[in-house]
Amino acid sequence: MTRRLAVRKTYKLWIGGAFVRSESGRYDEADGVNFPRASRKDVRDAVAAARGAAAPWAARTPYNRGQILYRAAEALESRADSMRAPRDEVDACVDVLLHYAGWTDKLQPVLGGVNPVAAPFLSFSLPEPTGVVGVVAPDAPALLGLIAELAPTLAAGNVAVAIVSESEPLVGLDLAEVLGVSDVPGGVVNLLSGRRAELATALGAHRDLNAIVDAGADAELSAELDRLAAETIKRVRHGDAATSYDAAVGDALERMEAVTELKTAWHPVGA
Amino acid sequence: MTPSVETRTSVVWDYAPAPESAEHIRLRGRYGLFLDGDFRAPADGRYVPTLNPATEEPIAEVAWAGPADVTAAIERARAAFPAWAALPALERGKYLFRIARLIQERARELAVVETLDGGKPLRESRDVDIPLAAAHFFHYAGWADKLGYGVAAREVAPLGVVGQIVPWNFPLLMAAWKLAPALACGNVAILKPAETTPLTALLLAEICAEAELPAGVVAILPGDGGAGATLVRAPGVDKIAFTGSTAVGRDIQTALAGQDVPLTLELGGKSANIVFEDAALDQAVEGIVNGIFFNQGHVCCAGSRLLIQESVRDEVIAKLWRRMGRLRVGDPLDKNTDVGAINSAEQLARIETLVAAGEEEGALRRTVACELPERGYWFAPTLFTDVSPAHRIAAEEIFGPVVSVLTFRTQAEAIEKANNSRYGLAAGIWTDKGAKAFEVASALRAGVVWQNTYNHFDPTAAFGGYKESGFGREGGPAGLRPYLRVLR
Repeated sequence: MTRRLAVRKTYKLWIGGAFVRSESGRYDEADGVNFPRASRKDVRDAVAAARGAAAPWAARTPYNRGQILYRAAEALESRADSMRAPRDEVDACVDVLLHYAGWTDKLQPVLGGVNPVAAPFLSFSLPEPTGVVGVVAPDAPALLGLIAELAPTLAAGNVAVAIVSESEPLVGLDLAEVLGVSDVPGGVVNLLSGRRAELATALGAHRDLNAIVDAGADAELSAELDRLAAETIKRVRHGDAATSYDAAVGDALERMEAVTELKTAWHPVGA
Repeated sequence: MTPSVETRTSVVWDYAPAPESAEHIRLRGRYGLFLDGDFRAPADGRYVPTLNPATEEPIAEVAWAGPADVTAAIERARAAFPAWAALPALERGKYLFRIARLIQERARELAVVETLDGGKPLRESRDVDIPLAAAHFFHYAGWADKLGYGVAAREVAPLGVVGQIVPWNFPLLMAAWKLAPALACGNVAILKPAETTPLTALLLAEICAEAELPAGVVAILPGDGGAGATLVRAPGVDKIAFTGSTAVGRDIQTALAGQDVPLTLELGGKSANIVFEDAALDQAVEGIVNGIFFNQGHVCCAGSRLLIQESVRDEVIAKLWRRMGRLRVGDPLDKNTDVGAINSAEQLARIETLVAAGEEEGALRRTVACELPERGYWFAPTLFTDVSPAHRIAAEEIFGPVVSVLTFRTQAEAIEKANNSRYGLAAGIWTDKGAKAFEVASALRAGVVWQNTYNHFDPTAAFGGYKESGFGREGGPAGLRPYLRVLR
């Protein structure tokens, strides 16, 4: 009997909803598998794709965004055994997605409200997404560390360009296949693998990026990201790699506030 | 000055001068630094006169803080912090209530000094700046013992010593916006007022002393940008809050790179004021005037980009130009003055540079042909038409009484043009259609959106920018968050 030859997966970046090779043609190798080493140009392509997806994603109802995040939790649960991560880490990831799925329509009542102004106006302040967020994921835990940054970013209505774990990139790239079957619109999440320092600085310097969420745990890179961010007054949040469900959701509101703007509107009452 | 394209419509009647008396104000000839609960001489003995921009005459001498003074203030603040933070929150609030009341008591004096030192019309300092400053203290005084309710039921603690740098356009009001929430949250504060407008902050120092605020809880250190830069970089400061230009904000953000010092920035703007064809046009014209000529246009959220729907362009411009001709420019202490003095020679030069750039780039300039006083810094209200979005006067913050008119055909084009800015501080919408106003307001990338009004502020309503207009909010419960650490 002839032995069946396995069909290997060609690992690719996920940009604008498409699985693509690095435009640079560069590859690295992990666990005996080749994966793309993204370039600065790939970062720019991903930011452009994210920008295109930002307004439609923000315009969806919180209810709809919540259902999509819940769908991602379902899709991850169903693939739990085939993910390149320990089962308990995958379980935590599913729960984190579920937790933030429930946040989408809570953020406004928690952070917003009607302002009792001393004048005849209906004045209210509401949270809005900051826009395009660059995510620097930690090396480990590769999947939970990534999802702990992505989920609050998306729940708050933002879109993301994420740099997955440098040492264990495959599970981060596999996440594209989970999100890709979860009605996450193309461009809302973009996943890049490669050298963190190269890609993160390209993200930090991009003028059309609104915020950076950095869990890369590299003090030198963090300071460099701060300096790059200042050029266009980007919002920056540095955090530790989330190593448990509790760590990923315990400061949920801080995570979402970091990528949220508050808009105050004044509408006249009476003449 | 370039001659105006149209001559000013003659005023039907003239106003008699109606100057506010400055007799009752009690100014010292010389002010020290407010440090450790009292006025003290600066370490290097440097005093600089502060000028009245309407006359170029000195009003008082003010100490400028040097690095040694900043270090001393941080030490005294750090020493005062534990007791202040440990005070029962209700008691902490009582001090702020006292300050609010004292501001109200000395309101007229503060208004006159604000106008003398900064050049803004008395009508504005009296009716806007000072009452809002008192209201801000009153609002945050009440938060002091309710912090847990203000930040979504989380457990919180103060940050410690906060460094605060405020601009010259609303000197006392910006000091109130900074100090009131910081103190309510249990922090101690070092405030640096602007170089050209230190006086009302120093009167506020007197008020703090009068309120028996514990020594060291508030320090007020006048000085130039150097003192601000020292404060930002000084070890022992746990938080920086800055209001001012985007350029300086960028420097501060860069200086704090790699440090665990939380930062809030309230920076520049180039806010769009959008007039739709269905607006009540006369009301809109009043709003345009208030949007750009309020405080000589020295307003970060000024409606400096006027977007008019093409169908009503000519009518709105004609009405606006007629209205501009009736603005009274001159003595800021006169109760009838609409537009006062430009804050400083430096700011006047910046306005002149950008206005010259507008003319060179081909926009059509009209400047009201009014008489301006011989001494002092003045710039007559100016309107630019035929402005392209690429012109510097359409993209850069002028921070003066200069409005640039652009036009649009559709609502979508209005939104796109309004959002086509590196800034995102504020916007105005003029329409009588409620559904349209709500839709446009939600599409604008700006921190504050006013419908059928402009430049309205309230201590209960969050204020702050999107994009390069900064981050963090002041006002309401959102204004507590930058001054608190969340414990879980």
